[in-house]
Amino acid sequence: MAQFINTAFNALSLSSIILLTSLGLAITFGLMRVINMSHGEFLMIGAYMTYVVQEIFVKFFPESIFSLYYFVALIAAFGVTFILGAVMEKFVISRLYGREIDSLLATWGISIILQQAARTIFGMQGVNVQVPAVLNGGITIGKCTFSYNRLFILMLVVFCMVLVWYIMYRSNFGKQMRAVMQNRAMAQCMGINSRKVDMITFAFGSGLAGLAGCSVALLGSIDSTVGQSYIVNSFIAVVLGGVGRLAGTVFGSGIIGFSSIGIENYTSASIAKAVVLLIIIIVLQFRPQGLFTMKSRSLDE
Amino acid sequence: MRKSISTLFLFIAIAAKTIRLDNGVTMELVSMWRYFFGRKKENYMKIRKISAIALSVTMAISMIGCGGAAKSSSSGAGSGAADGESVKVGILYSATGSMAISEGAVKDAEVLAIDEINASGGVLGKKIEYVVEDGASEPSTFATKAEKLIDQDKVVTVFGCWTSASRKAVKPVFEEYGNLLWYPVQYEGMEDSSNIVYTGAAPNQQIVPAIDYLIELGYKKFFLLGSDYVFPRTANMIINAQCKAKGIEVVGEEYAQMDQTDFSSIISKIEAAAPDVIINTLNGTGNLSFFKQMSEKNYTADDYMTMSFSIAEEEVKTIGADILANHMVSWNYYMTTDTPENKAFVEAYKKAYGEERVTSDPAEAAYDAVYLWKAAVEKAGSFEVADVIAAVEEGGITFAAPEGTVEIAGENHHLIKPVRIGKVDADGNINTVMETDPVAPDPYLTTYEWAVEANIQPVE
Repeated sequence: MAQFINTAFNALSLSSIILLTSLGLAITFGLMRVINMSHGEFLMIGAYMTYVVQEIFVKFFPESIFSLYYFVALIAAFGVTFILGAVMEKFVISRLYGREIDSLLATWGISIILQQAARTIFGMQGVNVQVPAVLNGGITIGKCTFSYNRLFILMLVVFCMVLVWYIMYRSNFGKQMRAVMQNRAMAQCMGINSRKVDMITFAFGSGLAGLAGCSVALLGSIDSTVGQSYIVNSFIAVVLGGVGRLAGTVFGSGIIGFSSIGIENYTSASIAKAVVLLIIIIVLQFRPQGLFTMKSRSLDE
Repeated sequence: MRKSISTLFLFIAIAAKTIRLDNGVTMELVSMWRYFFGRKKENYMKIRKISAIALSVTMAISMIGCGGAAKSSSSGAGSGAADGESVKVGILYSATGSMAISEGAVKDAEVLAIDEINASGGVLGKKIEYVVEDGASEPSTFATKAEKLIDQDKVVTVFGCWTSASRKAVKPVFEEYGNLLWYPVQYEGMEDSSNIVYTGAAPNQQIVPAIDYLIELGYKKFFLLGSDYVFPRTANMIINAQCKAKGIEVVGEEYAQMDQTDFSSIISKIEAAAPDVIINTLNGTGNLSFFKQMSEKNYTADDYMTMSFSIAEEEVKTIGADILANHMVSWNYYMTTDTPENKAFVEAYKKAYGEERVTSDPAEAAYDAVYLWKAAVEKAGSFEVADVIAAVEEGGITFAAPEGTVEIAGENHHLIKPVRIGKVDADGNINTVMETDPVAPDPYLTTYEWAVEANIQPVE
């Protein structure tokens, strides 16, 4: 029983990490249809922001409030990647709407530039952030230990989900956003500033990547390639779930997370990776549009 | 919509290939792309166009990368290797790619040694010039660059390589051209080329004594954890044979992917197997993720002791002393090693590269390599590679290294060097807890009965 709960928790935790890293992508790629190859690098920037904020706290603030650094870092990571996303949308993406391959190559170039910049600024050697005291260790119930930072990531994911859901489906801005994505010309006729909506939507998606970066910094090392180790899983989760559907991304992440952990428990890490990809191929054979499809009247499908 | 998804897969596949994710993932993506895109005839034209653009971009990028990375300190194209006032040597290491993190320190140590030798009059009255080439963490690039160094730059010897894969890739090049490589990293053994001098530890100078030490301390249940590539696989083959002979139970053996970030499943398996010590051959970023995720479950060295073969001072600095305190490692040299030569080495290294830098076993072995080459050249009285190899094989070439005096064993081109088991303390220093006299190298483990019996073969 303990073994089972442990496995279930591990799977849930991995799914939540994948979901957190793909939420931003679900917006920029899923909704806006921008294939942003540098999404992983926004994640990396979020992770490095955590490190920078930590160093600032070590240098300038008394030790008693050191633990608070992480919560400041969360805001900073979101803020910085939000601004960067807005800048990138303004100067690169907005000029390339409707030219998918061009925007893909451009964002790929940006991702290489950002990686090299990280190497130049922070060095080749990965850096590490200290887990704040509140999140250190874990709670033991019976024979199972649930680590605080995994529980924290789970809560963060739920919070982000609710936030995204509220913004998209309950707020005025979300209404405008969906209107622009579904029928740009009509939305413009109704007086919606579609340029502004594009920019904020893209920036919000990038900001979510920054948040994800901040939380994966708790689990491993931060180096210039950290984005690359998460980005493939995120793209797969979005495509598997069905591009454009938030619920699809949730299920996509869940499938990857649970099957990875489940299979790895009985085999090895390498085999698990191969089998998971096989499962995804089979699913996409039967449902090429992903698990959740969006009914649409537009003709570009 | 379909179109954009399939294009996406194509580009992820190409990107994955360029950033060197493992081939499996790339192939899966390519086949997904084929499924989406490969049905209609007119699509083939598009595919061709797109792939042509993508390929040329990829090639352009990699060419820029290669061109920019090659730096040479030499002035003009020298005609002969040892003509005039100077002699040319090559330094081959990864300045880019996933291994750049580790290999930079080795290059720094080699440059330091060359500068020191030049400052004190050079070798046989000649100054050393070095040509640096970037292997880009890719074995095939290592082979190309090795050939370039030997054939075009006419270097008399090359210092470098880190991974076993890169060493195996350049080995035929050095053998064919009859040149000499100085390889500075501990490795899995099972090799003995007359065109390579191995200045890191052979398995009997790192792995075997560490396991013996653990058995002596009374550990009985071992768990083997490593990254999935040649060194951990071969090392664990050796450890399995040794444990079997000594009546020690190996309760589990797991391999993680090189870029794995989630270790929760592996940790569950460790909990279920309940070992009393974990033999850790993880490499690269996996180490930090593993130890961090162990500590988030409140595990310390008291719950699960670990013995690591790839954690040196650099890694301790990154992972943090609070997590690694009291865990054990096995090398031949630590920054704390108490010899006058080491004091001078650490001081010179920090002076050259910054106060916050730390020295480590591979860096020290790389530093030794340059001095040992100098000693071999001086013994041979010539820079000719054949003469130098003959001098090496005659034996008796020694250097008062930071780790203590080391000597090249002529019969197998490895070093006779002491073994040191270390323990990480709360300040992040690695302190020696067990030290042997210099041990003769035995790359094929022929002097161990259990190893001969198990007939250990190198993993290719």
